[in-house]
Amino acid sequence: MNYIKILNNGLVKENPTFVLLLGMCPTLATTSSAMNGLSMGLATCFVLICSNFVISCIKNITPDMVRIPVFVVVIASFVTVLQMLMQAYTPVIYATLGIYIPLIVVNCIILGRAEAFACKNGPIESTFDGIGIGLGFTMALTILGGVREIFGTGRLFGCTLFPDSYGMLIFILAPGAFITLGYLIAIVNKLKRA
Amino acid sequence: MAYILIFITAIFVNNIVLSQFLGICPFLGVSKKISTSIGMGAAVTFVLTLSTVVTYLIQKLVLDPNNLQYLQTLAFILVIAALVQMIEIILKKISPALYQALGIFLPLITTNCCVLGVAILVIQKDFTLLTSVVYAFSTAIGFALALVIFAGIREQLALVNIPKGMRGMSIVLVTAGLLSLAFMGFSGVDSGLKVLFGLN
Repeated sequence: MNYIKILNNGLVKENPTFVLLLGMCPTLATTSSAMNGLSMGLATCFVLICSNFVISCIKNITPDMVRIPVFVVVIASFVTVLQMLMQAYTPVIYATLGIYIPLIVVNCIILGRAEAFACKNGPIESTFDGIGIGLGFTMALTILGGVREIFGTGRLFGCTLFPDSYGMLIFILAPGAFITLGYLIAIVNKLKRA
Repeated sequence: MAYILIFITAIFVNNIVLSQFLGICPFLGVSKKISTSIGMGAAVTFVLTLSTVVTYLIQKLVLDPNNLQYLQTLAFILVIAALVQMIEIILKKISPALYQALGIFLPLITTNCCVLGVAILVIQKDFTLLTSVVYAFSTAIGFALALVIFAGIREQLALVNIPKGMRGMSIVLVTAGLLSLAFMGFSGVDSGLKVLFGLN
């Protein structure tokens, strides 16, 4: 299979957020700014790439009956590794993302890719699929976080675009997450048809 | 009085779905009809309360004394998955009627992030066992309430003419945003109740 095609598939055609609508909890919860969205996306990306690779390697020795529990244990182990790494090297981001880091375990994108791709394809293809889907997720989260940050505070990645007092607080708060994502999906739907 | 405060705060002020974003998948997925949403809400209430008790005991009796806190995520997800399976088997044996009503929702709950989320939250917040149970139960009631209200709105939404691009998940998310906006009206109620109960 063509590696570029796998990457493109994850980034555009099967973008986990805008097209497949998976992993909604972190998507909505951690995108109050572009930076938070980017870090959450990269954290998920890390777990997805590692778990896809390992699951693809062990797929032939895993009995079909206990497939799901085995996958969950693999994913949970990588999430624990990620938690420890982030606690050590990026404590500020770890504190901001808080409970959503351990909750990567129950992110349906990761188990979904394990089931749909990694247990049917070789390790290298699965790694590429992890990179594609992971970057697609990261991109979507950064865009959503960016839009919310611009409208909410007038900043993007912390750089001021227009004065704070013109910002609409509602975009940073919970309802803003739902509404912004709703309209972004509408825009994507429109572009897909065009 | 403190328990009433936790109850009201968890349902209205810090609603698990609409302000903490846990359990969005079932909230968007199983909210097409009021009847199924009531079933899902009941199943979540049942599992969430039980699993919080079990994970709390595991943390305090197994992980903490042995300095194994780093295994929290791994241990909790396995315990929850096993517990859901067990509840399913037990329900099938002792109460087929209840199993009929909740059965199809039970497997879905394992990957419901509000179950694992609440289990981790009560440890982080350093609650006692009783407080944890009250918190878990009220959180689940808050989830069920949000789900049923949302299902009611979506049943009406199915009858209206929606612009082409907004059809499907798009309009559902915007509606959820408006519902979340409505629940924001409760913010501040908790501090008012604190004053009323004299808990400061």
